[in-house]
Amino acid sequence: MSQLFHRNTNIYSRLSIVAILAFLGFLGWVVAMLYMSGYHTGQADFVEQPIQFSHAHHVGGMGIDCRYCHTSVEDSSFANIPPTKTCMNCHSQIWTNAPILEPVRASFRDGTPLRWTRVHDLPDFVYFNHGIHVRKGVGCATCHGRVDQMPLVYQNANLMMSWCLDCHRNPEKYVRPREEVFNMAYERPADQPNLGADLVKEYKIGTVDQLTSCSTCHR
Amino acid sequence: MESTPARASGYKPPPPVIEPGHTFESVTSKISSVVLTKYQPVGWIITTLIAFMFLNLMIVSVSYLFLKGIGIWGNNVPVGWAFDIINFVWWIGIGHAGTLISAILLLLKQDWRTSINRFAEAMTLFAVACALMFPLIHTGRPWLAAYWLLPYPNGMGIWPQFRSPLIWDVFAVSTYGTVSALFWYTGLIPDLATFRDRAKHRVTRMIYGALALGWRGSARHWQRYENAYLLLAGMSTPLVLSVHTVVSFDFSIGIIPGWHTTIFPPYFVAGAIYAGFAMVLTLAIPLRRMFNFEDFITMRHLENMAKITLVTGLIVFYGYLTEVFFAYYSANQYEKYMIINRMTGPYAWSYWMLIFCNGLVPQTLWIKRLRTNPFWLFIMSLIVSIGMWLERFVIIVTSLHRDFLPSSWGMYYPTFWDFSTFFGTIGFFTTLMFLFVRVLPMISIFEVRTLLPQSKIEGAEGH
Amino acid sequence: MDFAAIRSRLAGAEGRLYWRSLAELSDSLEFREYLHREFPEQASEWNDPKGRRSFLKLMSASLALAGVGACTRQPPEDIVPYVRQPEEIVPGRPLFFASAIPMSGIAKPVLVESHMGRPTKIEGNPEHPASAGAADAVTQAAVLGLYDPDRAQTVTYRGEVRPWSAFMGAMQSATSGQKGSKGAGLRILTEPVTSPSMAELLATILQDYPAARWHQFDAIGSDGARNGIKQAHGSAANAVYHFDKADVILSLEADFLSPSGIGSVRYTKDFADRRRVTDENKHMNRLYIVESSPTLTGAKAEHRLAIKSSEIEGFARRLASTITGQSSSAASTPAPGGQLGEKWVAAVAKDLQEHRGRSLVIAGDYQPAAVHALAHAMNQALGNIDATVTYGPAIEAQTVDQHASLAELSNAMEAGQVQLLLILGNNPAFTAPADLKFAERLAKVGLIVYHGLYHDETADLAHWNVPQTHPLEAWGDARAYDGTVTLMQPLTEPLYDAHSAYEVLTTLTTQPMRKTTEIVKDYWMRAFGAGVWTIRNAQGETFNNAEAFWRQAVHDGFISGTAALATPFAPAPKPGAAAGAPGTAAAATTTDTAQAPSDPSTPATGSAQPPAPTPTPSPAPQTAGGLELIFRPDPHVLDGRFANNGWLQEAPKPLTKLTWDTAAWISPRLAETRGLDRGDVIELRYRGLTARMPVFIVPGQPDESVTIFFGYGRRMSGRVGNPPEEARAFNAFLLRTSDAPWFGSGLEISKTGERYLLATTQDHHAMEGRYPARVATIAEYEKEPEIFKHMGGHVPPRTLTLLPEVDYKGYKWGMAIDLASCTGCGACVVACVAENNIPVVGKEQVDRNREMHWIRVDHYFTGDIDRPESLQAIHQPVPCQQCENAPCEVVCPVAATTHSSEGLNDMVYNRCVGTRYCSNNCPYKVRRFNFLLYSDWYTESYYSQRNPDVTVRSRGVMEKCTYCVQRINTARIDAKKEDRAIRDGEIVTACEATCPADAIVFGNLNDPDSRVSKLKAQHRNYGVLEDLNTRPRTTYLASLRNPNLELEPAGERTTGH
Repeated sequence: MSQLFHRNTNIYSRLSIVAILAFLGFLGWVVAMLYMSGYHTGQADFVEQPIQFSHAHHVGGMGIDCRYCHTSVEDSSFANIPPTKTCMNCHSQIWTNAPILEPVRASFRDGTPLRWTRVHDLPDFVYFNHGIHVRKGVGCATCHGRVDQMPLVYQNANLMMSWCLDCHRNPEKYVRPREEVFNMAYERPADQPNLGADLVKEYKIGTVDQLTSCSTCHR
Repeated sequence: MESTPARASGYKPPPPVIEPGHTFESVTSKISSVVLTKYQPVGWIITTLIAFMFLNLMIVSVSYLFLKGIGIWGNNVPVGWAFDIINFVWWIGIGHAGTLISAILLLLKQDWRTSINRFAEAMTLFAVACALMFPLIHTGRPWLAAYWLLPYPNGMGIWPQFRSPLIWDVFAVSTYGTVSALFWYTGLIPDLATFRDRAKHRVTRMIYGALALGWRGSARHWQRYENAYLLLAGMSTPLVLSVHTVVSFDFSIGIIPGWHTTIFPPYFVAGAIYAGFAMVLTLAIPLRRMFNFEDFITMRHLENMAKITLVTGLIVFYGYLTEVFFAYYSANQYEKYMIINRMTGPYAWSYWMLIFCNGLVPQTLWIKRLRTNPFWLFIMSLIVSIGMWLERFVIIVTSLHRDFLPSSWGMYYPTFWDFSTFFGTIGFFTTLMFLFVRVLPMISIFEVRTLLPQSKIEGAEGH
Repeated sequence: MDFAAIRSRLAGAEGRLYWRSLAELSDSLEFREYLHREFPEQASEWNDPKGRRSFLKLMSASLALAGVGACTRQPPEDIVPYVRQPEEIVPGRPLFFASAIPMSGIAKPVLVESHMGRPTKIEGNPEHPASAGAADAVTQAAVLGLYDPDRAQTVTYRGEVRPWSAFMGAMQSATSGQKGSKGAGLRILTEPVTSPSMAELLATILQDYPAARWHQFDAIGSDGARNGIKQAHGSAANAVYHFDKADVILSLEADFLSPSGIGSVRYTKDFADRRRVTDENKHMNRLYIVESSPTLTGAKAEHRLAIKSSEIEGFARRLASTITGQSSSAASTPAPGGQLGEKWVAAVAKDLQEHRGRSLVIAGDYQPAAVHALAHAMNQALGNIDATVTYGPAIEAQTVDQHASLAELSNAMEAGQVQLLLILGNNPAFTAPADLKFAERLAKVGLIVYHGLYHDETADLAHWNVPQTHPLEAWGDARAYDGTVTLMQPLTEPLYDAHSAYEVLTTLTTQPMRKTTEIVKDYWMRAFGAGVWTIRNAQGETFNNAEAFWRQAVHDGFISGTAALATPFAPAPKPGAAAGAPGTAAAATTTDTAQAPSDPSTPATGSAQPPAPTPTPSPAPQTAGGLELIFRPDPHVLDGRFANNGWLQEAPKPLTKLTWDTAAWISPRLAETRGLDRGDVIELRYRGLTARMPVFIVPGQPDESVTIFFGYGRRMSGRVGNPPEEARAFNAFLLRTSDAPWFGSGLEISKTGERYLLATTQDHHAMEGRYPARVATIAEYEKEPEIFKHMGGHVPPRTLTLLPEVDYKGYKWGMAIDLASCTGCGACVVACVAENNIPVVGKEQVDRNREMHWIRVDHYFTGDIDRPESLQAIHQPVPCQQCENAPCEVVCPVAATTHSSEGLNDMVYNRCVGTRYCSNNCPYKVRRFNFLLYSDWYTESYYSQRNPDVTVRSRGVMEKCTYCVQRINTARIDAKKEDRAIRDGEIVTACEATCPADAIVFGNLNDPDSRVSKLKAQHRNYGVLEDLNTRPRTTYLASLRNPNLELEPAGERTTGH
């Protein structure tokens, strides 16, 4: 009887074994890439805001301190988004008619709050506390990046749990002197390992066990 | 290669394993005709239809489960596990016979295994498939389990907890499933080739041809085949023992009285083989009738299986007695109460039914007349399956529902969805089984050939 | 359907949905638009109720897939900052405000936690004498009532929505009609009023309308106490008991430890303080109780004599004549309870007399005036006045016999004399005694104005309905059980178009526009000016100006030192009660104003006149034969006012652990003779009235008596409280008559053959010789301090474990629970529910053992059920034991429950996949699983109640007590910011904070000076199931009893081993 298959089917069949494995591997790789990418984490994404507020201008340009607007960053979990009043402190004097600021004036007029869109949005089961991080020498820029150079703020880190744990497992890699916390331009010194280790002691930063206990962030 | 029984020089089967009067041709045509025909026995059609209905019931139940959560079942605190895990263990148990028959009996040169190993292995695969479902669905949110347990890509920087028996389960069962599948498929190759050659329609031939992986039955093929088959047999043998041992850890690692006991591994394994053989009987008896395979699956097969059932049954029964003795000997009030509660508590009925099904009924197999009566064997095998299900019910539910603090004692009542899921999986299993006998040789053609007297002259080469 | 869209919307739903959806909260209209945007095909269903259900089904389905959302992006969240941020608010930090929750007119002082303007939790007010930081279950549950979506929301006239102005107009015209007749047709029905400002307002109204009448009614108030004290004193007064000073206490059916009683929070504290035995100080008090149906007080008593309610007066007379020595007819009559009764009279009298000035006799609210008078007489004779009992001026602005008062109103209505009726709260159409036919007589009233929190049975019959402000929404004042003036401040603007009672009443005055704030503040400014109050600040200095005083008072939530002061500007209105009201002592009929003491500025304690030697006996109960019917308010929903509160419905009722339903209590023997079983529905026939009840068999209930509870069978309470069809008749008010408000004989019961499902959280009340809860007599404990260690199984050596030995540096959290002081009131359960966003699962799920409470109060009893006096009960609160060798941790496949560096057994909801292995392996069964989607994701109004510091769990997730880890973290962060260690007592768990008995103590075990370490050093300290080597961090201090050897010879003990 005639051959069912052409003879070089053998080669194909052998190849197919390799091919299938390769394909599965590739598929896994794609998934992993997507998962860690900004598409999923929102890292470095452009976020629509009601007002084109430029940190680059206000912080970088005019050198306004973070705490002028983010008032509760040192004593609360929430850094606070400034009330319209804060904007109007200046903008009742300058740029009083700038069309771009109309939403602000409107909000102040009829008391309807502005609606900003969260840029750094942790899942609701994660409890991050700004106060303690600032107090223990974690700089704003460490997580938020060079906000002073961002015309529009975007999410700097991927905010994955592994990213949090990297610092919670070895804080000495990231902590800086308290007085430098709000310094956007601060660069980690060459001897960060030693400096970090000293600061961890000096600031009584918790043991790794304590920093990595589940209930430290999840409740 | 002194491996397949037929090769054993000077070997004489006392009564023939298969009825006399068969030729290579008759064997081949008889077995392959089941598949390569347009016409089905009515019994096959009806059974398959019913089974398919139950399969759909399962699909509905599981979908509803994913929608609402496991609250649709009767599980509660204290009884956190119930039908879900009972069914899991039950199916895994059933999944033991196949590999045992194929591998261990092969190594023990039990030639009578040849005409039952094929569908026993198939049964194993399908049972394991059913079993695997439950660990996944019993959380009500399987997609999470999938990711937490295989944390790639690892965005969380933490790993599963390898101290938990549930993790060991994942590995044990999946390994077992994989090896069994390979073993089964390897065994199929020569017969697939036979089908390829006998099939009329070109498409059929193509399909079987592709599956046969270009088997030509050359001496080299056979030699490779024997090696591979033997190796796989060697690999699966320890697995038969390991799987259910690991499953039993799910309980013996726990501190619950009735769970926390050292006899579980052997006792579970024996129970598994017991349940497995019962299920083989349950399937073999109607199938041989349905397709007139009495010649291949002879009384000798049934009787041997009955004997194994009896032996393992006795081991299991011994296990029950040991549990009672442990409770008494431990002088531990929780253990003592656990046994008393099993015997006299609200679930006493399940315990005594269990003793009846697994303890008493198999004793009838001492009697040769019953042991060689297919009808009784069929009934008995059903009772044993029920008994083994009850055993898991007793272990899981009656241990949990009254543990340490009387204030948190409770009762468990199954709901409609508990039952629908269970019977659904039975439908799933039966459907697969019957589809299998329809498209693949349920009896290993070439191995049966080796049982023919002629094979001693010609050797066991294919044509 | 479009899962992708829903998924993306709900990806974050694992956690605090409401927090993310402040946008949704801020206005629901936009929320709807949002829905339309997201999935138009379902959004339409949102509006029609039937469609909504299917819609929600899909929602819950999609929530299931929220887990898959882990692979998608989170939906964008809005941040909505203030326009002008209030000074005191630091976003993300809660604020606490002192206020009060009035119940039956009497203030229960509270401290309210507020997150960004959203009241989320109620605690006790630590400074206030009536609270001392504790709050009972019903008070705490009030915060849920605030957000109840079923509250009355708009002013309506005959069912049609009207603006407030329309109501004011209507009242103007109505009152102008009354001017001529001096208000003869005007009636006002209120709860008892202790609020001075409210009293003044009422007084002014009654001056404008001299012929008008002011009636008071409270279905669960105690006329017995009111009238009894009048019999003893000749004038109204307020008795305050000091259990902390009493060595021997006799309770004549007084349930002063009740879970919801007036003043019981403070009473529990004082009582418990005398039972905190330490290895150093082994003195404890002794409690005798004579009562009918079992109570928590009875469960705590050393000796309990179970007799019918009607027999207690007889017992009291015998005892009184023995104590006072006055030979009266009573002396000869045999004591109830036969032999045992006689024995009791002798023993108790002896014991009381041996403790002159350090003993206390207290009569129950549900006993007639005569018993109260006898109690006062006995205290007088025992020299307890001003020692363990003090008398102050009556705290009610006008003390009237309430059933008489309501009867008078009802008759006036029948006679058609009532043209305008103002009903301020308390739903009389439901709670009025059946014989007054109040509801049907309302039809004869010209115009009915109802001012209630809900659109309830009364609102249904009223013409005008004005929604009442929730106590957390309005200014106000009221006096606490001891008379301390307590102030209420609003925590939020009224959520709906609600108005305070002041605003409703002002519509009758000449200046209807006055706001609540003005009225209350103005009153106290004048009170300050008038100087009748010797008001001092915390330092005991007088205030220099009214503003300072006011600010201080509002800040504290009460005005210190006002307990013994009578109300100034108190009204002297026409008496509201008719003469010779049936069933009450003659003394009750003369009503008088609150000025009991001549000079209001001096405490009235000294003014107790010698009591009448033999008080007027109350009329002998008709000996109609049959059973005795005993009425009680439900421990949680009281007279039905909290019927729509899910927390209270699901909180297990004391002793029975029954949830969601009421039941008729019968003794085991009665059940046996009548062939009744738990859940059998019986028909009760009593004085021509009938009702139905499912029965519950309660050991300790006197045979030949049946106890039924008010508050159920409400038709119009709301979606939570409305009973199923078959439970409509389970209404105790159907049987109540005004002449016998609390008990009466002549009850016939018959089995209907129907069954009714009663869902309980605990079915097995015997210890099975395992001694999870341990108790011994003080004598045994003195003899053998280690006695409790020997009760449990053998504890293995610490080395006998496979788990690594961890030594906890830094903090090491632990908890000690003192069973000797715990009364089983269950306040901790509700506190935990409020603090930790614990969902309500409903009756059907409770029946399946799926309740979610993180802390449960186990109840065990021992003894012979046929000899009630031999029964002893013990309560044991069980939170997570936080084992050091936690069996749950090793078995979790995904490490969702792990050990923290401080020894906490952490539970990570977002990590949990739901294998339930941990729960199976937990020997204490304290873990709770979300079998279905229990948290309410859909009722928007509840979003605001949730505690933003605790994740709201989704389905398929395991949860359990965390030792309030959110509070621990807050404290730790605060301490770390100040580079100091956490102080002992800085972290207070929710259950600890609210425990009236201070039975729960949490702290750092590594600090030898912490309160918890000291307690754990006690010999009474033991761990439950220690023989499993789990090393629980939560341990217990064994309970102690101080029995009288004459009543219980040593060795005849029924507990212990």
